[in-house]
Amino acid sequence: MLTETGFMTRPPADPAAKLAIEARGLVKRFDDTLAVDGVDISVPEGAIYGILGPNGAGKTTTLRMLLGIIDPDEGVRRVFGHDRPHEVAKLIGYLPEERGLYPAMKCDEAIAFLGALRGLPLDEGKARARDLLDRHGLGHAVDRQIRQLSKGMAQTVQLLGTLVHRPKLVVFDEPFSGLDAINQGKLEVMIRELAQSGTTVIFSTHVIHHAERLCDEVAIVAGGKVPYAGSVDAARDRIPAQVRLETRVDSGDWRSALPDDARHDAKAGGNHFWYFPVPESGIETLLKRLIDRGAGILSLSIERAGLHDAFVEIAGEAAARALAEDNELETGR
Amino acid sequence: MSDTTRLSLLEAARVVARRDFRAILFSRAFFFFLLGPLFPLVIGALAGGIGGQVQRDAATNLVAVAMSEADTAALQSASAALSDQVGYALPRLVPDASGEAPADILKREGANFAAVVTGSLDAPVVTAPEDQIQRWRGPVALLAATATGTSPSSFPEIATEPVASSAATSRSDRIRTAQAGQLLLFLLMMLLAGMVLSNLVEEKANKVIEVLAAAVPMDAVFLGKLFAMLGVSFVGIAVWASFGGVAAFLLGNQLPQLPEPALGWPAFIALGIAYFAMGYLLLGSLFLTIGGMAATVREVQTLSMPVTMMQLLVFFLAAAAITTPGSPLELTAAIFPLSSPFAMLARAAQSDELWPHALALAWQALCVVLFVHFGALLFKRRVMKSGKAGCAVKGHVGGTKTA
Repeated sequence: MLTETGFMTRPPADPAAKLAIEARGLVKRFDDTLAVDGVDISVPEGAIYGILGPNGAGKTTTLRMLLGIIDPDEGVRRVFGHDRPHEVAKLIGYLPEERGLYPAMKCDEAIAFLGALRGLPLDEGKARARDLLDRHGLGHAVDRQIRQLSKGMAQTVQLLGTLVHRPKLVVFDEPFSGLDAINQGKLEVMIRELAQSGTTVIFSTHVIHHAERLCDEVAIVAGGKVPYAGSVDAARDRIPAQVRLETRVDSGDWRSALPDDARHDAKAGGNHFWYFPVPESGIETLLKRLIDRGAGILSLSIERAGLHDAFVEIAGEAAARALAEDNELETGR
Repeated sequence: MSDTTRLSLLEAARVVARRDFRAILFSRAFFFFLLGPLFPLVIGALAGGIGGQVQRDAATNLVAVAMSEADTAALQSASAALSDQVGYALPRLVPDASGEAPADILKREGANFAAVVTGSLDAPVVTAPEDQIQRWRGPVALLAATATGTSPSSFPEIATEPVASSAATSRSDRIRTAQAGQLLLFLLMMLLAGMVLSNLVEEKANKVIEVLAAAVPMDAVFLGKLFAMLGVSFVGIAVWASFGGVAAFLLGNQLPQLPEPALGWPAFIALGIAYFAMGYLLLGSLFLTIGGMAATVREVQTLSMPVTMMQLLVFFLAAAAITTPGSPLELTAAIFPLSSPFAMLARAAQSDELWPHALALAWQALCVVLFVHFGALLFKRRVMKSGKAGCAVKGHVGGTKTA
């Protein structure tokens, strides 16, 4: 399905779907720092769920609590209905933000070892590893040690190790971080394929476009809190849609038909753009008035807000600025 | 894959242990680990040789005789006559006709005399430091009396009935066995605990620890690492024992013989292995906790120093308690988890009761479980704080300070 902004989304998750993850009131303190402050999250099975926020907002700590790497000081979390995530470890795959493999291991051994940690027999893990490496263009590197690989190849090997045991829930912490544009695209395809096969995918990111392109639902994290958790569409709907009018000229009688708060934006090429809320009287009435008064209309559309606008509205300007700075840092690296 | 949704604690520990075991066994570090005991052996041999020489020099029984020629000859005859009866207690007499003052003879470079005898047979004079005077005044008097014919000239024949040992010698011998056992245990444990520590630091440097912590409980990670190193140590012990066996075969009776322990060698060796395993697991779990909390090798060294010192103290406690079995000190050493393996191994050398060992091993195993669990808890609380930086406040938005 194509949205107004041209992004591809999957059909909305079934509201009656079972929850892969449910967290209520998660709190985590480190000494005198409140890292996570009462986080509520519900991730339906089969969804692509984004945890969106700037660095230091509490995304990694939240993920670590959801996975049982650390325990919350307060609150409960359930993964596939289990209070202790390690009880369902075989069903989960996790790619941490800090990638790491044993440098002396060969690629297939490394993938098989990650599978073995999740209960996959080593021999089967090695067979699957060879197949996965082949399918991802790394067949030639099966017998190479991790220390002999490039950073990108090592990241791919770890990603394959995350998936080798065919988990029902995959958690990626900043999966796009450090990847070039081509590999980011490949990862997006992989995430979509995983979801299409019924796997629940959760990933954290500070890049809004990734969340907007991929996610059914998002949790917006800022200052250790989650001010919004729900569908991407609902987040965008929190900001009223606006009318975008394109005219040939910027003056004339027709201007009186525009609302007082209409924002004017002149573009190169001489055309003029006007942005304003959808009038209560309806768009048809407005259109008729404009035509009657001789406005040279080139185009008129109703635009929904993007996730960025929703983020600003929900998390505030400061968080949005931080997010933008993180993004600049990442792309400037 | 089995039907369950997770690995059991032991299965998970086995996965971690298998990886670690193979990685360590085929590493250069293991080769140096195998060479490890060579260094204390070589240093011990060197130190022993030097110490023996010093002791021989210090305990010299050379006594210079600066008397008249006739008196000197008479003293030497008396010494020869008495050598069968009390030869071990007599000095080796060295005539000195230099005419120097006795004090100068004693100071003469390279002479190494314990004392100088001057005067006459009727009134001999012993010149020496006070302790040497006490040592030699009796033997010199005996020699002089024999030389002048005023001491008994005949001695009755003594019949002898040798026995294998007395209570006193047996106890003293077994203490030697206990000491040797404790020392071996201590050296092995320190060698291994250091390796397990560096292993975990390496793990953190590789950034694999979070993957492990997400997949299996930290208890399993700690247990796996401990058992991997234990397995490696058994391989090492097997190699060392093989070399030891070859050395024993080649050198035969030249190797020092230790007295048989109270429980007999097979039981003593079996208990030694069990106490080594427990002692290592206890110390290793402590070191793992430290290694888990430390971010750098320097931090590891700083944090592990107090534990190493404490282990030394614990070793001294157990060593001090050897001579007083059943005393409050020995019981304390047997109950305190870190000293328990040492104290109980010493007990195995000196007492033939088996049940205290069953009790002690069960207690030590319980302590291992508690230590590992506590270490894993601490690790989860203190280490996994946040993302890249590993600290809670890494960014500009999150991590609000609480009041």
